[in-house]
Amino acid sequence: MSKIKTQVFVMAEQAGGRIRPVSLQIVGKARHLADQLDSKVGAILLGQNVTERAQELIAAGANSVYLGDSDSLHPYQAELYTEIIVNLLLEHRPEIFLLGSTFMGRELAPLIAAKLKTGLTAHCIDLLIDNEGILEQKIPAYGGMITIICPEKRPQMATVAEGVFLNPELDSTNIGDIIPIDLPEKFPLRVQTLEIVVEKPEGVSLETASVIVAGGAGAEDQDGWQQIAKLAEVLNAGFGSTRPAVDEGWTELETMIGQSGKMVSPELYIGVGLSGELQHMVGIVGAKVMIAINNDAKAPVFEQVDYGIVEDCRTFVPALVETLKKSND
Amino acid sequence: MLNIIVCVKAVPDPNDADKLKIDPVTKSLPRSDISLVINPLDSHALEAALEIKRNDDAHITILCMGPPPAGNIVKECLALGADKGILLSDPAFAGADAFATAYTLAKAIEKNGAVDLIFCGMASSDGATEWVGPEIATFLNMPVVTMVNEIVENAGDEWIVKADYEHGYRKVKIKLPAVLTVTRNLNQPKALSFSGILKARKKEIITWDLKDLGVPVENVGLKGSPTIVTEMTRLESRREVEILEGSLQEKVDRLIKILKNSGVVNV
Ligand SMILES: Cc1cc2nc3c(=O)[nH]c(=O)nc-3n(C[C@H](O)[C@H](O)[C@H](O)COP(=O)(O)OP(=O)(O)OC[C@H]3O[C@@H](n4cnc5c(N)ncnc54)[C@H](O)[C@@H]3O)c2cc1C
Repeated sequence: MSKIKTQVFVMAEQAGGRIRPVSLQIVGKARHLADQLDSKVGAILLGQNVTERAQELIAAGANSVYLGDSDSLHPYQAELYTEIIVNLLLEHRPEIFLLGSTFMGRELAPLIAAKLKTGLTAHCIDLLIDNEGILEQKIPAYGGMITIICPEKRPQMATVAEGVFLNPELDSTNIGDIIPIDLPEKFPLRVQTLEIVVEKPEGVSLETASVIVAGGAGAEDQDGWQQIAKLAEVLNAGFGSTRPAVDEGWTELETMIGQSGKMVSPELYIGVGLSGELQHMVGIVGAKVMIAINNDAKAPVFEQVDYGIVEDCRTFVPALVETLKKSND
Repeated sequence: MLNIIVCVKAVPDPNDADKLKIDPVTKSLPRSDISLVINPLDSHALEAALEIKRNDDAHITILCMGPPPAGNIVKECLALGADKGILLSDPAFAGADAFATAYTLAKAIEKNGAVDLIFCGMASSDGATEWVGPEIATFLNMPVVTMVNEIVENAGDEWIVKADYEHGYRKVKIKLPAVLTVTRNLNQPKALSFSGILKARKKEIITWDLKDLGVPVENVGLKGSPTIVTEMTRLESRREVEILEGSLQEKVDRLIKILKNSGVVNV
């Protein structure tokens, strides 16, 4: 039997007793990368009452699940999780370690990378293996795409947002090992999560919406923003945003679409008063029909959509909403 | 007295973003004089420190790594109410990724002496990695909370804060000394005042280079960065656009037809 040299590791995050979709997606991607490297996929699963979920990670493509199931692992504790994961990575020396761009993943990833003195790439939108077996990490920047590699240090680490990779086929006949982790001795935590509170999200969820209206800086003010919100409402659409809209305080960070926000895959996308910067546009994956409303005929967004309307959104959107309402009655 | 450090980055002015586009021919970034501004999230980090200082005995040090013109950003922070500025500037620091940046900042924090709190913006507007704050914490062996949006209790050396979390928030207890990275919801930064600008004239800005930090050159800048950028490509558009013609109402009507034809909206 040949000894497995390389491994691809994944942090599998769960919430409310369910594996997060992003974790299944990166297990699926890890499987793909591991096949190219002739190596295996290991998934790390931590929490309380999560043992039953381990099988799901194997069905998604993991060869082994390193399982920590204990009340001390709920809720998420940064120091304890870091300690456990760093120990596992030092023991198994994987080539690659991927995490979801969740709030937990975005905190743990740098804590682990700094401890292991390795590189870490934020919010990749593609991952490839080059001729030398090195991980190419793609991120949008400066109106194009840049490739980042971590040539010497290991593991090569990256975070990936939900929706960047497809949900893998789950094959319940897959066979894998579930390996319990030896939890470290209790140590006093300097930073302690007291509670995680989930508030019910309002409106149509962006991740599952088949229609998305996204607004940008062109809304100009709160009034303009509310007009775009009305359009989303009459279309029963998810309402997304660009970064300037969040910066202006018109909307919450949770609605931001793009590289450092949400990845969405609607059938129909309408971008209103936004320029079409790549960091936003990469967040829209596989939309069938794309429409843009912008008062500048030269806005780059018009090169990335099927239908363009060169109008001031502050007059066009209210007119559109009025006509839609009339035809609804 | 609370010794507070605020890490501040000078970032390209977003109004100059057009100058920062990959050149289609050379496939690299054109060199140009782009004006620098304070990273917007770092102004929330500074405001967090200033809020503490308004109610408590605190000393605020601004720490900024960047080329000499970044000194203007440090000055601006002093005018906003910080007490002291440190600019880390050396050609050897250039090209640092998040890891090398955090390492260099951590070394400067160690050299500067006692510290109770380190505030950082949760990310920078040009790099947006979010890694620098937590990596500083690791190098200094301090606890960290990322994406803090509210300080609930700040009496004594055990604080309670709220941080962003999926569809809600996380409530966290943290023991000082500690690193907190902050979101824009934490506070509303105040504008510069004339008296602030006058007072800032008397405040000290220290510049430290590689020698001052006493760290090996291979640990900083591009050399100290585990990650490297190997390629830049320009993306070409993928769609054939039809620009709708006619009067405003004609465009509205045509758009509604397009929406109907998409089959996913009920109009
Ligand atoms: C590392 C990094 C990560 C980033 N991640 C994200 C991300 O995840 N998501 C994101 O959105 N951004 C992200 N950004 C920011 C991104 O680069 C752009 O700055 C942002 O997407 C631009 O938003 P915008 O189109 O709303 O604003 P602008 O670029 O300012 O465009 C506004 C547009 O509105 C038009 N307009 C103005 N007035 C009107 C009017 N009255 N009617 C109609 N049109 C009008 C203008 O012609 C212009 O085209 C990131 C940036 C960096 C550096």
